[in-house]
Amino acid sequence: MAKIKGDILVNVERCKGCEVCITACPSSTIAMSKEVNGKGYHFAMKVNDECTGCMNCAIVCPDGVITVFRGKIE
Amino acid sequence: MGELRLMKGNEAVAEAAIRAGCDGYFGYPITPQSEVMEYLMAEKPHERTGMVVLQAESETASINMLYGAAGTGKMVMTSSSSPGISLMQEGISYMAGAELPAVIVNVVRGGPGLGTIQPSQADYFQAVKGGGHGDYKMIVLAPASVQEMCDHVKLAFELAFKYRTPAMILSDGAIGQMMEKVVLFDPIPRRTEAELISQNPWAATGKPKTREHIIITSLDLDPAGQERVNLKLQAKYRKIQENEVLYETLGVDDAEYLFVAFGLSARICQKSMDLARAKGIKVGLFRPITLFPFPEKQMNAIGKKVKGMLVVEMNAGQMIEDVKLSVGCSIKIEHFGRFGGIIPTPDEVVKALETQIIGG
Amino acid sequence: MEEPFVKTQIRKDENIVYKRTSLLVDRPLSYCPGCGHGVVHRMLMETLEEMGIQDKTIGVSPVGCSVLAYDFMNIDMIGAAHGRAPALATAIKRLWPDKFVFTYQGDGDLAAIGTAETIHACNRGENFTIIFINNGIYGMTGGQMAPTTLPGMRSSTSPYGRNVLTMGHPLKITELIANLPGVNYVTRQAVHTPNHVRKTKKAIRKALEQQKENKGIAFIEVVSNCNSGWKMTPVQSNKWMEENMFPFYPLGDIKVDGKLVQSSEVAK
Repeated sequence: MAKIKGDILVNVERCKGCEVCITACPSSTIAMSKEVNGKGYHFAMKVNDECTGCMNCAIVCPDGVITVFRGKIE
Repeated sequence: MGELRLMKGNEAVAEAAIRAGCDGYFGYPITPQSEVMEYLMAEKPHERTGMVVLQAESETASINMLYGAAGTGKMVMTSSSSPGISLMQEGISYMAGAELPAVIVNVVRGGPGLGTIQPSQADYFQAVKGGGHGDYKMIVLAPASVQEMCDHVKLAFELAFKYRTPAMILSDGAIGQMMEKVVLFDPIPRRTEAELISQNPWAATGKPKTREHIIITSLDLDPAGQERVNLKLQAKYRKIQENEVLYETLGVDDAEYLFVAFGLSARICQKSMDLARAKGIKVGLFRPITLFPFPEKQMNAIGKKVKGMLVVEMNAGQMIEDVKLSVGCSIKIEHFGRFGGIIPTPDEVVKALETQIIGG
Repeated sequence: MEEPFVKTQIRKDENIVYKRTSLLVDRPLSYCPGCGHGVVHRMLMETLEEMGIQDKTIGVSPVGCSVLAYDFMNIDMIGAAHGRAPALATAIKRLWPDKFVFTYQGDGDLAAIGTAETIHACNRGENFTIIFINNGIYGMTGGQMAPTTLPGMRSSTSPYGRNVLTMGHPLKITELIANLPGVNYVTRQAVHTPNHVRKTKKAIRKALEQQKENKGIAFIEVVSNCNSGWKMTPVQSNKWMEENMFPFYPLGDIKVDGKLVQSSEVAK
């Protein structure tokens, strides 16, 4: 049966590791990476499969680094 | 053709603005120039040409209204007098730095501080050397008659837009208030939006898809960038110096001595010339009309032909510095002036010539 | 490092439900991590894109942290001197009545040096939008006290806390100008949670739509964080803001359609 699921794509080099997206995410999908990007910031990444594509993270992101996808998955 | 009228200097400035196709006037009352805005309000130019006239809450607000409007390519003007012009210095520096055209009329009164309401010429340094911060110049015109008050408005707008720089008309309380015949030039229609954009592609008018967005600013946090801006401005000022000098001479062909004066002082010196010549003194008059660009070459040339110069200005000695820079030290150059709003008489000026230049 | 939990089935262009608007210039923002400026910039640009008015908008940027706003907003903009943006916007809107004009200002710009320009543009009932970012501090210059700094709040020029006896009370400029008849719409919003962001975007849309009807000033205050100035992490600063700034600067509509909202503090 097809399910609607979401996915986020983080622009790793533009993320400043502010962590505001973490509290915004209703499915605790986002956490900060252990690695750092080119500017030395830890960046947002997915840590589970529960993304629903609700867009909360992207909407609240001060740097607009998140692209959100939502679609059917078999 | 033109229209002949008897008008006050301040009124001529206002009428000339409407006729020159000015889009907006933003100002604040201050004696001795409030008639400029009073005339504009009474004339209802919005019905004549669509020109906007707004009384702002201060001179600070006025100059910033000019800055905003000029950033969009509109032809705008303000007027004030010395203390109000001091409030505008920040805005003028910003406009010079952002390369924006506008006309600022200063009907100078006695200072410093709140001073007096009578005429003076003590804002020469502020206008010509820059009362605002940074390396910049304004084009400065010095009318000596109500006719020039009218004509200089049209000229100031032309020069301001030609060079993308603020232009000042440096008048004084006497010329602003006196009434003379003036031939008003035929009205020039205000530019359409299309004309404005095609003549001023640098202006911020709303970003179409066909170009990058335009930013009007005088800021560059990169010092190399800011130096480039300054070099560009200096090159512009050199071009203005080469091409836009205006001056007038009277009786210089056989002159042994010279009055140098601008604005009202030049009118007084004209009479002083007659009085002196009647006594057998061969004196001429050199009247700079553009104070920036200063007629350096012409002053230098005439300096080689006369024995001495009396610089007559209603201040403690300001233009005299530019005269000396232009002419050099080989001849006697002295200053005569009255301060705080007192206007010298033609006799006083002749006496000064006799004692300070000829006799001394 | 390989990206975990990628959904290749979903990650297609036709499935994009949210991406950064093209009206934000494609370059990194210079604001601190977590700063509300970035969110407001984005909401404003999204709104202009949705209304299709990029080519009809002229923005006026301030002096402060957002002095470089014109580098990020893909519209024609003019950078004003400190506090003077409402004067620029007044002239621009009067000379181009069909354009959409907004000012974007911080607390020092709007409520300290620019107080006269703010009040008089509001009093004249000009037809542009004022966006006021209130974070109770001067960020760009290193964290000095602002007119809206809270009593007892530390800053670099109030290192022992704002003393209302010597430094005055915080200036509630928004409530002041809401009383002016020339002001049609006043609202106070925030951008630290998705719901607050959505409300702010609605407010921005309402304000810009209002320009079509020449109803006077639309004034949007966004209470925002300044984690650098307040010396906290972004998440901590948002919490601090909820606990300290919001009680002093309550969120919500203050004036709608020219009438004070009865539940707002001004009306009481």
